[in-house]
Amino acid sequence: MRWWEALPWLAGIAAYFLFPNYLAFGTQVLITILFALSLDLVLGYAGILTLGHAAFFGAGAYTVGMLALHWGWNEPLSGLLAAAIVAGAIGLASGLVLLRTHGLTLLMLTLCTMALLEEGANMASAYTGGFDGMPGLKYAPLLGLFPFDLLYFRSQYVYALALLFACFVVVRVLVHSHFGLSLTGIRENVIRMHAVGAPVRARLVTVYSVSAALAGVAGALFAQSNAYVNLSVLSLERAAGVLIVLILGGYGRLYGAFVGAVAYMVLEHALAKAYPTGWQLGVGLALMVVALYARNGMLGLADALRRRLRGGRGR
Amino acid sequence: MDLTSILLGGLAAGMVLFIVSVGLSVTMGLMGFVNLAHGAFAMLGGYAIVLSMSGWGLPFPLALAFGFAAVGALSVVLERLLYARLYRASELDQVLFTIGLVLVTIAAVTLTVGPETQTLVLPEWLRGQTDLGVVRYRTYSLMLIAVGAALMVGLWLGFERTRLGAQIRAAVDNRRMAESLGVNVRRLFTVTFALGSGLAAVGGGLGAEILGLDPQYPLRYLAYFLIVVAVGGLGRVSGVFLAALLIGLLDFVLKIQFPKGGTLFIYALTLALLLWRPHGLFGRRSG
Amino acid sequence: MTAALLETRGLCKSFGALDVAREIDFRLERGARQALIGPNGAGKTTFLNLLTGLLRPSRGSVLLKGEDVTSLAQAKRVKRGIARTFQINQLFRGLTVLENVCIAVAERLGAGGSMLRAAGERSDVIAEATRLLATLRLADDAGRRIGELPYGRQRLVEIAIALGLRPQVLLLDEPAAGTPSAESHILFDAIAGLPDEIAVLIIEHDMDFVFRFAERITVMVNGAIYAEGTPGAIAADRNVRAVYLGSAVDA
Repeated sequence: MRWWEALPWLAGIAAYFLFPNYLAFGTQVLITILFALSLDLVLGYAGILTLGHAAFFGAGAYTVGMLALHWGWNEPLSGLLAAAIVAGAIGLASGLVLLRTHGLTLLMLTLCTMALLEEGANMASAYTGGFDGMPGLKYAPLLGLFPFDLLYFRSQYVYALALLFACFVVVRVLVHSHFGLSLTGIRENVIRMHAVGAPVRARLVTVYSVSAALAGVAGALFAQSNAYVNLSVLSLERAAGVLIVLILGGYGRLYGAFVGAVAYMVLEHALAKAYPTGWQLGVGLALMVVALYARNGMLGLADALRRRLRGGRGR
Repeated sequence: MDLTSILLGGLAAGMVLFIVSVGLSVTMGLMGFVNLAHGAFAMLGGYAIVLSMSGWGLPFPLALAFGFAAVGALSVVLERLLYARLYRASELDQVLFTIGLVLVTIAAVTLTVGPETQTLVLPEWLRGQTDLGVVRYRTYSLMLIAVGAALMVGLWLGFERTRLGAQIRAAVDNRRMAESLGVNVRRLFTVTFALGSGLAAVGGGLGAEILGLDPQYPLRYLAYFLIVVAVGGLGRVSGVFLAALLIGLLDFVLKIQFPKGGTLFIYALTLALLLWRPHGLFGRRSG
Repeated sequence: MTAALLETRGLCKSFGALDVAREIDFRLERGARQALIGPNGAGKTTFLNLLTGLLRPSRGSVLLKGEDVTSLAQAKRVKRGIARTFQINQLFRGLTVLENVCIAVAERLGAGGSMLRAAGERSDVIAEATRLLATLRLADDAGRRIGELPYGRQRLVEIAIALGLRPQVLLLDEPAAGTPSAESHILFDAIAGLPDEIAVLIIEHDMDFVFRFAERITVMVNGAIYAEGTPGAIAADRNVRAVYLGSAVDA
């Protein structure tokens, strides 16, 4: 544990007191960080390229939404747990089937799975509200004490922060274990991993399922905090958006999700509404530049800068 | 709508998919490069064709040639300057770069031309209907079917009979062996990329009535192009042809008969097909 | 006759019209020190790939310790005691030397999938990996990334990974290739120091290495076994010399 690892959490707590009018935005940022973290496990560590991760985000969101709307199950924490289980199960089922392939085929299959869920949600409008979704969800107070307030988002923010912390601990432990090391091995040289006797597909399916569950938690948080769900939770925009966030921050480094989400969403908040086309142009250019020159995102650039400064001083 | 009309309509849609996607299939099979920006070349071609007709008064065939040449030239520049740097990069980097390129293209077109849909003004001889004896159908759609079929034959001949075609086929099957046999693979990449993008441009223009033409085109149809390519098998022209016709026909029919579930069926079918044959219906023989 | 440690029966492999392995009947006994030589393109690496499961044969079978493993995947065969190195290093380039070997050791100890303890805290894995690095004089490089090492030292890491799996059958594909002659003795000592019960099969072009190491030599030509015998017999075999002189040989 390095000292600076406490910084994001201190910043998160400080934000609660420093920006009381921006906690709704802050909650969205925290949800995005969690979503990006789940993607980092699968993409950054295991090297599974997926454009369909919103399938699990959406699965979690719709689980929580349908439970509240149709069965009056609106206790947040247990609903969240249900969402994680459902999303994780979908991750397990799709992972078992999809992870037999790789490359473009796998990419297409992840897209198809997500698109299937999206179309399915669209068609099953009796359950899901179809195109309009489920607005106006109502949730019981958190732990019976802290009601969700749709104006200031105070409880939601603390809820999201606490969940993000818990999930982050899980991810961090996983990544630093031998399981995590073997994922890096699979990503770096899958031939070698087979040749040392590692059960590669089992590892990949496991991490895919865990990641799906975490994405489901993020989706459930989204539905509970914002009190609505619609098809956008399963959309390509959402899947591409979280990919962009992770890449810009730096994948395979855990904290890239934090940096990327904060930077992207703050910039988007400031620029996208005023100059939507300009924002699109900027994001596109940023992606091209990152792909060509800054593959490790902002954190990678920071690393390179630090190395150069250290090298310069040493001379 | 009777059966023949449905068939012809679906075939026409499939032909457009074929003309646009064949370039993507060959370049992906040849270069192993995941080019999600392929639809952007189709869109740019469509805009070049439509605008040169309305702005400069170019006749339709000339506009098509212009679109082919302009986008082909642009693609050469992009390939040499940018794409070539990523040939050895990871799939992720290629996906990111091409998604970025798509966004840039969409934004650029929106900023310069505007967000409205462009309409293709067909020349006199393509409007109305043609009587084929058996059936009367839109001349435009019949033209599309004819062009698509001609292209298929032309490509088949090109691959079987010309030296360039042989080189491409060899390099798709085994790049290293082709190189050791003296094929200049770098130049092959550029030429193939230019031809593929040029074809996409023509497809974008030709198909403007069926697929529409607006800045969101590359993203809206990305899934379709990828599905056609993945199902048809990378680098397999005949595979892409059949897959495009299949998808085009299915989509057309389903939109009429089952407007709600049609797209779901296509995704489910693609999922099933790719799981059954990960290399595409007509992809690589395993060895 | 006791079952050989590793055996193939009628092993065949073809790619279309190209036969790369023809009716190979091969035995590797316990404690063997055997070399597989032959001109380029003879199919030696392909044979190795068939033994380890990277390739599936068109016909025939592979037996490990008397059991048919022909349909077993690579990773499962490794668990049964067979390990290999590759002709071109297959390492985890972004990781350190120690991490590379730790991955192999952890898999062998069954700790590869352990999720709770930090990898840095598993002293059993780290201790064994460190010991292995010491035998190959890699201890000083333990913390360096693979990409920072010269190719010759990377080759030693490749060997370390295979040794970390404590196999009963060790297949080495041109281990000396790329190792500068100054360091090939480290390699040789490591192999010479292997427990007697392990069977070692080496593909090599370096004839000095082969004749110092091998107790038995198999000559492969065009996907089939051409000759087999003691080093003396093979060296004296006029046909073998003709086959070798007929193609380029790296010395």
